[in-house]
Amino acid sequence: MTSPRHKPVAPTPDQDSDLIIVEGLVKHFPIRGGLLRRQVGAVQAVDGVNFAVKRGETFSIVGESGCGKSTTARLLTRLLEPTAGKVTLEGRDITHLKDSQLRPLRRDMQMIFQDPYSSLNPRHTVGKIVGAPYRIQGVSPEGGVKKAVQDLLAAVGLNPEHYNRYPHEFSGGQRQRIGIARTLALKPRLIVADEPVSALDVSIQAQILNLLEDLQEDFALTYVIIAHDLSVVRYVSDRVAVMYLGKIVELADAEALYGGPMHPYTVALMSAVPVPDTRRRQERERILLTGDVPSPISPPPACRFHTRCWKAQEICRTQEPPLVELLPRHRVACHFPENYPDEAVRESATEASTGEDYR
Amino acid sequence: MTTPALRDLVIRHPGQLGKQPFLEVVDLKVHFPTDDGLVKSVDGLSFALDRGRTLGIVGESGSGKSVTSLAVMGLHTRPSSERTRPGAQLSGEIYLDGDELLSKTPEYVRSLRGKRMAMIFQDPLSAMNPYHTVGQQIIEAYRIHNPVNKKVARKHAIDMLGRVGIPEPSRRIESYPHQFSGGMRQRAMIAMSLSCDPDLLIADEPTTALDVTVQAQILDLIRDLQSEFNSSVVLITHDLGVVAELADDVLVMYAGRAMEYGSAEQLFNRPAHPYTWGLLGSIPRFDRVGAERLLAIKGTPPFHPRCGYAARNGGLSEDVRPELAPVEPGHTVACHLSPTEREQIWEHEIAPKL
Repeated sequence: MTSPRHKPVAPTPDQDSDLIIVEGLVKHFPIRGGLLRRQVGAVQAVDGVNFAVKRGETFSIVGESGCGKSTTARLLTRLLEPTAGKVTLEGRDITHLKDSQLRPLRRDMQMIFQDPYSSLNPRHTVGKIVGAPYRIQGVSPEGGVKKAVQDLLAAVGLNPEHYNRYPHEFSGGQRQRIGIARTLALKPRLIVADEPVSALDVSIQAQILNLLEDLQEDFALTYVIIAHDLSVVRYVSDRVAVMYLGKIVELADAEALYGGPMHPYTVALMSAVPVPDTRRRQERERILLTGDVPSPISPPPACRFHTRCWKAQEICRTQEPPLVELLPRHRVACHFPENYPDEAVRESATEASTGEDYR
Repeated sequence: MTTPALRDLVIRHPGQLGKQPFLEVVDLKVHFPTDDGLVKSVDGLSFALDRGRTLGIVGESGSGKSVTSLAVMGLHTRPSSERTRPGAQLSGEIYLDGDELLSKTPEYVRSLRGKRMAMIFQDPLSAMNPYHTVGQQIIEAYRIHNPVNKKVARKHAIDMLGRVGIPEPSRRIESYPHQFSGGMRQRAMIAMSLSCDPDLLIADEPTTALDVTVQAQILDLIRDLQSEFNSSVVLITHDLGVVAELADDVLVMYAGRAMEYGSAEQLFNRPAHPYTWGLLGSIPRFDRVGAERLLAIKGTPPFHPRCGYAARNGGLSEDVRPELAPVEPGHTVACHLSPTEREQIWEHEIAPKL
């Protein structure tokens, strides 16, 4: 939520250290078929993802539907168990912890869900919903649960007197605030937000984004935000990972990524975003991708984007490009990156070697 | 809104004066009687649209955009004694090529749907029949309006599917809607809406459920097909980016009424209504380095308690509902602020922050 200009205060000794580290994360959902329900295939939702999230930063994962971003979020919070790979939270390997071992960890990591209508129990009052974490964790906050809940409601901009109301009495934006109050109850360090504003109207979206920003400063939170809206992601993020078919194709600081996207998929994605500015209508160059995202059941070999990429060469079909740091703090998985300073050099070099006007 | 002269001033553009626009909606009201009282979903809305042009209607959920489009299509349940549920109460006038639709019988309006006007719905999965193949549904619509045999209609349906970019249309025509992905389904529905070359196409949030790359494909498709058939398009959306991309004129709706109405160029470069400012301020901008803070619109409807400038009118905003009034040719706004005040606020307080 914060740009480097205004990092949250309260510097801890290990502020720059990584809060959560993900290495080689894989999640395959088996497809069973036939009489014996044998496994006949797998949806390769997440297939080898590496990243680390620093304390106090906002790390976003963007991508189209089916790219595995929500699965990644659920693996981070261990709502799903990874098929392979490793998730380390504050130096502790949480990859294969049992439910009972995970429960104490839930105090440190919480999740905000996309749909404020289905993520709140309609038969519970707001007080009961927001107070549930205390009950489940067996925590008795100072001054009693009711006071703690009312403080939380005030912190997210709701009237504390609405303690005894039911979710249906609130609008979508207010419900999302209730969900946020619930995640804050146990003072978590990490909040994973899966499409926190995509179900809301634009004016309400702005209110919630502003709220998330304020809370990050007040509660010293680290955010992992999953979103498909590139404008929202640019606004909230410090660093951004772009996913395509279960892999990260580009990972960089938000400004670097938006200023000079290097992976052709990122370039295409960004050129497709409609901009609310009529003057730009003519001058914009759109890269239209053809077709749909291939099925994650049998993703294309090597570079997964080669079936839709206008720069694809033979090497893209045979050799998978690794995610390498081409520019400082800017990692890309592509054989032929865009906006790469060396590209011009390389092209002119090949031209020179093959061209006739070689002097 | 009764005298033709005033109507011309408010809802027609300079180029439209004296001419009959292709679609004209005058003082449309759609009210729903409910147990909790009368819900005024649309309350006195007027606009006009020429052939070959695109009107974007923007607004938040509940502002009455979809109810308006259903009224134009004649898809509201009218009150009748046989039904236990009361239907919608409609008043006003809707002219399609000079033909007043609200006074016509449902049978007559039905004969217009498909050929004269067609609609693209937001959710293709619920708009298509899951029991019939995509092909059957397109063929049925085509044969109602065109006296052709099944074979010709089938060929036409394959053509249409190919035109909207569905690969292997001759094979996919046998597919059921659930066998398509979201983007393909949306394209199939567009193919269905366009199969009879409608003169008026109403697209209700046509790309909201889609990813940006597919959205770009669909918007391009609508643009191409529009220029090919010279159709008029009403584009209903909450996404100001999509409007800026496609629309010639823009109507900003709020709580069933028009807040501001003008060309896209006027609306985006010289917006006059505080609500429009709010909408523009509350979207994070993709094309700019992040502003420090979004200018959120506070609270919920009606507008005057949410408006930061309502206090300047000495209580006028609380008591009197502002009517649409012209600020420049073809650009009208419903707001009590005086033109000079408005210009000052826009230039000094709003524009620098966007």
